[in-house]
Amino acid sequence: MGRSHAGRNCGDYGEVMGMENPSEPPGTALTPDEWRGKEIFFRNFHTKFTYSWDTGVAIGHFLEALKGGKIVGRSCSGCNRVLVPPRMFCELCFRPTDDWIDVLDTGVVNTFSISYVNNDASRREQPLFVAVINIDGASPGMGFLHLLGEVDAGQIHVGMKVRAKWKPAHERTGAITDISYFKPSEGL
Amino acid sequence: MRKVAVIGAGMTKFRHRMLETGRELSFEASRAALDSARMDIKNVDSVVLGSAPDAFDGLHMKGEYLLDGAGGSGKPYTRVYVGGGTGVFIPAAAWWHVASGVSDVVLAVGEEKMSPLQPHPQYAFWSIFDQFLERPLGVTLLWIFSLEMRRYMSVYGIKEEDIALVAVKNKGNAMDHPSAQLPMRITVDDVMKSEPICTPVKRLDVSPTSDGAAALVLASEDVARKYTDDPVWITGVGWNVDTTFWTNRDLCYPEYVEKAAMMAYKMAGISNPGKEIDFAEVYDPFDYKELHHMEGLQLAKRGEAPKMTREGVTQRDGDLPINPSGGLLGVGNPIAAAGVMKVAELFWQLRGEAGRRQVKKPVHRGLAQAWGDLMQVGTVVIMER
Ligand SMILES: [Zn+2]
Repeated sequence: MGRSHAGRNCGDYGEVMGMENPSEPPGTALTPDEWRGKEIFFRNFHTKFTYSWDTGVAIGHFLEALKGGKIVGRSCSGCNRVLVPPRMFCELCFRPTDDWIDVLDTGVVNTFSISYVNNDASRREQPLFVAVINIDGASPGMGFLHLLGEVDAGQIHVGMKVRAKWKPAHERTGAITDISYFKPSEGL
Repeated sequence: MRKVAVIGAGMTKFRHRMLETGRELSFEASRAALDSARMDIKNVDSVVLGSAPDAFDGLHMKGEYLLDGAGGSGKPYTRVYVGGGTGVFIPAAAWWHVASGVSDVVLAVGEEKMSPLQPHPQYAFWSIFDQFLERPLGVTLLWIFSLEMRRYMSVYGIKEEDIALVAVKNKGNAMDHPSAQLPMRITVDDVMKSEPICTPVKRLDVSPTSDGAAALVLASEDVARKYTDDPVWITGVGWNVDTTFWTNRDLCYPEYVEKAAMMAYKMAGISNPGKEIDFAEVYDPFDYKELHHMEGLQLAKRGEAPKMTREGVTQRDGDLPINPSGGLLGVGNPIAAAGVMKVAELFWQLRGEAGRRQVKKPVHRGLAQAWGDLMQVGTVVIMER
């Protein structure tokens, strides 16, 4: 397959656009029939990589705290922030952070979405409620991504107060999913 | 610093799936740009290429793979990468090659072939998220856009219908772009009734995934004057990257885009961007992003870009045309190539060569901007004639 490439110079399109046979940009678009119908050659390949990531100092401690049913942050006396998620250094002051701080397992919905798709763009059977939660006890605007539960789609709103719904202690593994989701903490 | 001109531009079609490999697409765009500059590869001192995650192609060392197609073989060659911001970062990086005196002529190439990854290119984006805090939740790229769009709407009281006007405008503008993948005449109602993906994001709020390439030729002043009587100058470049802890910043406003723009405005001697920029190619992978970025770029006050859009200011015949090309929403979104396409549009508009896309008012200064990574990078190029 191939086509002639008259008119590679896109800058001339302005001059040729009104003509009967305007030159066409290079490149050969495939129709779904052409590529699904195997009318052209493909080489298919599948690979699988396996990783084992060190959780590191800051996130390792954060995950350990989640296993114990707590959310922790890290304070920086340079800028007086409480960082959640925690890090061992402050990117603004560019110095080591100082102390571990227990923050609350409550917070406020900063923003939310109702997701109808999976990460491969396929459709979900049940929508997922996702949100950025600003965590109480952290510096203003500091929070993390999580899910919402025990709430109807139409009730979710920015500013909604929420509380972590923890997995039972024996099911926790030191993962972000030790919190099953956040649920409304007071009357909607 | 030396003056830097753009003297040629070229691009392929943008399509969901193309026959050509990324290397072949790179060649077609690069050859077109050289032809438009009336140059050959022997005139090129160095090459800057950009392409987004290797995971689309399943080819590591993608920069090296694309080298021959981008004309970089046996030359000083650099691949740059800042996610979705890459496309406008490519000419910025090419600019410093020439401004510094390291090179007289630089070929700047953006390439993306997203279609190989199955079942959908979106799957590649899963690997940009934090492996401890975000991936276990089943995160998708669409989440961050929908979360940002909601935050923007919530803080400024913006309606989905006003955001939809951007999709209507850009897909309509793309009717006049010969490379366009999704040129369409649609209505706000069509956008509102399109399938919800991640609320408030609906199908027609989103740009498509694409294959394509685009390229520019940059030259020093003395070389540019030999090849053309009519060079277009790059007078400002800026870029800025914030932390990947995206849940720690207020998504209602892109401060890093403001910082990138301020860097470029300072270089270009611009103190009142809303008055001094004649038109702009603003990054629009989603319709709300155009509005969000106009505000970050100081082309609109915070929360007021929807009003300007509603009043027609951003149409091709308006006072501040935005995305006369048709943008990513209409022309397509082969990521790094899409950003280069925006800078190419500045080149064609400033030279009065944009044909039916030509904005109505006379234009002397345009701005192109891209955005990306984990909602953390802004890249800006300002061009003048
Ligand atoms: Zn600090």
